[in-house]
Amino acid sequence: MKTVYIYKSFERFWHWTQAFLIFFLALTGFEVHGSFSFFGYENAVIFHSYAAYALIVVIVFAIFWHFTTGEWKQYIPTTKFLKAQLDFYILGIFRNSPHPTKKTVLSKLNPLQRLTYLELKIMVIPVMVISGLFYMFYRYTSGDNIGGLDIESLETVALIHTAGAYALMAFVVVHVYLITTGHSILTNLKAMMTGYEDVEDDDENNNEEENNNEEENKDDNNNNNEKEKVENEKH
Amino acid sequence: MRKFIIVLSVIIVLVIASFNIFSDKTFRPSQEVILKAKYSEKPAKVVDHSKFDALQKDFNRAQDVTATCITCHNKRHVEVMQSSHWNWERPDYIEGKGIVYLGKKNIINNYCIGTQSNTKSCAKCHIGFDMTENGVSYTDSTNVDCLVCHDQSNSYVKGANLSGTPDPGVDLRKVAQSVGKPTRDNCGVCHFYGGGGNNVKHGDLDNTMFHPGREIDIHMDEAGPNLVCIDCHKTENHQITGKVYSIASISTERSTCEDCHTATPHESEILNEHTLKVACQTCHIPIYSKGTPTNLDWDWSTAGRLKDGKPYEEEDSLGNHIYKSIKGSFTYGKNIEPDYVWFNGTAGHYVLGDKIEDTTKAVVLNPLYGSYSDKNSKIIPVKIHTANQIFDPITKLLIHPHLYSDNVGDGAFWKDFNWQTASAKGMEAIGLPYSGKYSFIKTEMYWPINHQVAPKEESLTCTNCHQRENSRLAGLNDFYLPGRDYSDFIDSSGFLVIILSFAGVLFHGLLRIYFSYKQK
Repeated sequence: MKTVYIYKSFERFWHWTQAFLIFFLALTGFEVHGSFSFFGYENAVIFHSYAAYALIVVIVFAIFWHFTTGEWKQYIPTTKFLKAQLDFYILGIFRNSPHPTKKTVLSKLNPLQRLTYLELKIMVIPVMVISGLFYMFYRYTSGDNIGGLDIESLETVALIHTAGAYALMAFVVVHVYLITTGHSILTNLKAMMTGYEDVEDDDENNNEEENNNEEENKDDNNNNNEKEKVENEKH
Repeated sequence: MRKFIIVLSVIIVLVIASFNIFSDKTFRPSQEVILKAKYSEKPAKVVDHSKFDALQKDFNRAQDVTATCITCHNKRHVEVMQSSHWNWERPDYIEGKGIVYLGKKNIINNYCIGTQSNTKSCAKCHIGFDMTENGVSYTDSTNVDCLVCHDQSNSYVKGANLSGTPDPGVDLRKVAQSVGKPTRDNCGVCHFYGGGGNNVKHGDLDNTMFHPGREIDIHMDEAGPNLVCIDCHKTENHQITGKVYSIASISTERSTCEDCHTATPHESEILNEHTLKVACQTCHIPIYSKGTPTNLDWDWSTAGRLKDGKPYEEEDSLGNHIYKSIKGSFTYGKNIEPDYVWFNGTAGHYVLGDKIEDTTKAVVLNPLYGSYSDKNSKIIPVKIHTANQIFDPITKLLIHPHLYSDNVGDGAFWKDFNWQTASAKGMEAIGLPYSGKYSFIKTEMYWPINHQVAPKEESLTCTNCHQRENSRLAGLNDFYLPGRDYSDFIDSSGFLVIILSFAGVLFHGLLRIYFSYKQK
């Protein structure tokens, strides 16, 4: 085992503000939707708008950060080990098999995470932000002196925004559960809080965690898979 | 990266600080404060008519008073004679009908139906002396009734069924010497009793508004702003603004809340945005008929029952008429939540002689036009008054019956209680055919609710409309209203996805626990 600094402070700041804001937006948003009453309707509307602006600011900084640090490359989708990763969640995890892919500073997402987060980043979040802005700047059909977007009906915008909210909520449920599937139940949580995570030290092959040559990574993973097979046979 | 966060925080603090430093902090009193100050000073009476020589005499006829008024106020009578108060009609535009003079000649209402052939009785309110059927009186300027609007002695009363002349007991000298600007009393004596009794017609105008408290109307509150009718219904040259859509069709000469309060009077921007589609009255008049009950339904079909050959009346325990032989059965209600409709300021009208093609549903006598997609439309509160009116099933015309006469045997319904003769006489008077057969048909009138404005703490709140159940706007379904509307499909599938996610992770988690336990 080896401790590496895997989540930078901005990344953690971004992650947790975003997490809090999405939770808060869901709470206020579903009150506006009429699902329940908590803050009071007017407060819910006002808070929802403020939280939305805050989230947009966080997202703008996050985009800047992703591109300036090259972290965006973490989200390039790959099908390599995708099946292995799925197999792990479906079978391997119950047999205490090791993770099929290895977390490193330059490749900290497994193929399934890459796909999911990429979809969040280029699909769900943009749809929510854009439909949310339409919702916010929609002023019925325009008239008098209050400007606004001239949209015939709020319905389409509202329904897309609602559907997106359900999708995000489902994501949060699964995401919160899956962070418990690290080395220990709290490994991933601790990592996102402190930035440091204990990652497996592959002595056998003498590969260094932080050697992030993709080829070597692959070797790593292959070895793991072989190891896994051996272990499985032992059981 | 820590540096980055520090820089970020500093930038945010600077932005907020500069907003505070550079934002305009000059104190500006709110429109509400300006208005309160403006109306807290009541102008003193500048002219005392009791000192004028011309009025130091006893008047035999009310017309003599008018003639005396005109000796000083010359040409004022001309203004009155151009007003709808005098003419009982005004030019209007109705879609599909073009320019129509709407008024007593062609309009039917849900109450006493129509004025023609009944003028002697109706003229108790509709101004002018000697209001007879032939119309001659309209050209005589001395028939203008100055006193009914300008009396300040509170002793002027028009006689019942006297064609608009005052009750013989009125001391005309005293009344003439008292004249001044119209107060709530002058307007209310007719407008609070429209339809034949207190609060029968409007629902938001009743006799508690002679001396209203804050609970009746925030503006007219005697202990508060104490506004009178003409403070809002601004009048120039006897042309009064504000008109009721039971007899108006076009969006002109209106008297609106915005005239004083502007279109964006709220501190909250969210509320100001609502004013694009929601009329002030919608939130600020949450209930109407606060002081006394208003008539909600009038069933003419039961009229004419007699006891021992005589007409009779029945009252409920609250003193509301529930039956009158001359008029039929009534339903009254108090503290009523309005209905809500889209309204762009234009209305249609059933005009005498219009054929009713679809007799299966209620005939709306004054449909208010508007819809969500119409940029000039706002949601307004209305009283929907229903009635069961006499109707000719052969000619498909609403029947204008002859109701009032001084004598039995003239065919007037209120004397003879015979629909056949009343229908024949009434239709003859307006020059329309009557087949000899009558039945009854449901009719509706829409009365916009504009008065009895509530204190702001009693205004509607968000969830009166923005809620799933019992939304005040449950009847307006041509738009998406957040909080009220949702897609069943999206909500149930969204809920299902979340439940399945929960179930999935729970199942997965339990399996993990089970296997890790087994492996130990």
